[in-house]
Amino acid sequence: MNDQLIIFKDVSKFYGEILGVNRVNLTITPGITSLVGPNGSGKTTLMNLMTGLIQPTRGHISVLGISPSNPQELFRKVGYCGQFDSFPRGMTGYEFVKSFLSVHGLSRKEAEEKTWRAIERVDLIEAAHRKVGAYSKGMRQRIRLAQAIAHEPSVMILDEPLNGLDPMARAETIRLFRQLAQEGLHLIVSSHILHEVDKMSDRVVLINNGYILAEGGVLDVREEKLEEHPMQIMIRCDRAQEFAARVFASDSVVEASLHQDRQGVFIKTRNADAFYQLLNRVVVEDRINVESVSPVDDDLNAVYHYLIESNGGSS
Amino acid sequence: MRAAVEVQAVEPVAPGRDWSLWMRQIRVILRIEVKKNFWGRRAILIYLLAAIPVFLTFLLTFVHPQGAADIRKNWTSAQTAFAMVIYRGLILQTIVYFGCAWIFMNLFRGEVVDKSLHYYFLCALRREVLVAGKYISGLVVSVVLFTMTTATSLFFLYYARGYPANVDYLFDGPGLKQCLTYIGITVLACVGYGAVFMVIGLFFRNPIIPALLAYGWEWVNFLLPPLLKKISIIHYLHSLSPIPVSEGPLATVVDPTPAWISVPSMIVFTSVVLILASIRIRRMEIRYGNE
Repeated sequence: MNDQLIIFKDVSKFYGEILGVNRVNLTITPGITSLVGPNGSGKTTLMNLMTGLIQPTRGHISVLGISPSNPQELFRKVGYCGQFDSFPRGMTGYEFVKSFLSVHGLSRKEAEEKTWRAIERVDLIEAAHRKVGAYSKGMRQRIRLAQAIAHEPSVMILDEPLNGLDPMARAETIRLFRQLAQEGLHLIVSSHILHEVDKMSDRVVLINNGYILAEGGVLDVREEKLEEHPMQIMIRCDRAQEFAARVFASDSVVEASLHQDRQGVFIKTRNADAFYQLLNRVVVEDRINVESVSPVDDDLNAVYHYLIESNGGSS
Repeated sequence: MRAAVEVQAVEPVAPGRDWSLWMRQIRVILRIEVKKNFWGRRAILIYLLAAIPVFLTFLLTFVHPQGAADIRKNWTSAQTAFAMVIYRGLILQTIVYFGCAWIFMNLFRGEVVDKSLHYYFLCALRREVLVAGKYISGLVVSVVLFTMTTATSLFFLYYARGYPANVDYLFDGPGLKQCLTYIGITVLACVGYGAVFMVIGLFFRNPIIPALLAYGWEWVNFLLPPLLKKISIIHYLHSLSPIPVSEGPLATVVDPTPAWISVPSMIVFTSVVLILASIRIRRMEIRYGNE
């Protein structure tokens, strides 16, 4: 089973006196996993540890059963698109991707085929023979992505892969990530663009000051925090005041407040399932017309706010 | 949202050593490095450096009115002067030394400064193979460049003597052996200095200072006591000189080390230094922010 997982076992990394990450225990399954946290929280450190670019001060890491200290085996399975915005001097986009496939040990023909396939996937065919130095930031991001996927890895580690991309390219890239995840890859993505992370991730790992604060599906993580931060639900309906009074009597509702236009009620609850059952009952029994029911804070943004910003993190 | 996925199991790792793969990887690294470092504008300085002795011997034999005549008249003195001043002082201890420093220190240090070393680290490539590939690429370039410098300087020296005398000296006398020995010493200098400078480039953020210290050590070598004298590269290179040259009145006199000891010693020394480089690179981390 370990050869399908990425495992961090009690991993710490210190840069001299400075903490990178501390006592990380994490198991990453296939699909898209997003690392979320403010600048300096330890996301890139985790990614660099996974790829052997840095070594742990303590603990053990295994990527599909391979140690990151064994690059010859590791990078047959892993592709890394880091944040380093620098390239070997004088290379075109095509040469950049192809030369590193050749270093992997591929034959010339195979390297050429895979290079074109990767460049096509990131939609850079027309610019392939231009010098990387003349690329825009978004194009440089895409050619790095091409280099990371070119050897068809099983694990892709992507540090802020949406940075510098325009909205169209961003949507395309997310679509590519989903496609890769469906093909059975592990995708580990770090990003600041929370609503996009929210849309594409199967699970998130929230990290701050080098510590893992929470991990799992966004909703699972949100539910873990119900005691501290009751879930907020907005209900638009007629007879809002009556509705508020009716539901506030229930144990499942912590707070009920009328919207300014008196056509809606904000509910805070620690037990969303119980509240939704109550809502059904009230609607039927009291014949209240409900226009909409929308959870206000069950997304990654809210989770991020509760877990990180409210603890003094800054993004 | 979670996709139903199944990851392929990792293929079993082939045990043992994959020499053919490593050779292929070294060839690719050689191609990339030579193209990247030695075909661009940045390489012009190293070509100019290598051209200095050639230019000087050219001036001496073609432009200086007395130069060629003096060489013809005093061939033995001219050879000694070439061995002492042009070859030893200029080519070996200055051009090859600083040329190798520039070429080999930049192999890794240059990539760290350019923030591009991680691309190699992200390949399915043993880091020891990277060391070998980079070292060989530096060696190929330095050997081609500096043996050409040596050979062309010798050509101008011999040219001044005239055709018939040269044919006799080269093919019926010791000339050819001397020329090949000079070229051999240059190759050996590239091998030894190259390994030292590559390791310096791996260990030091500012490799200029250790390179200058080593340069000082090599220059004062003639003054050192016999035991310390042998802890240098230049001593073994001098020992191979085809023309015995005095080290000056202040020099400590030491018998030259025979070739059968000098050459293997240099190769063993280079191997040890390359093993050190491999150990270093295995532990190396990419942290450009600290550079």
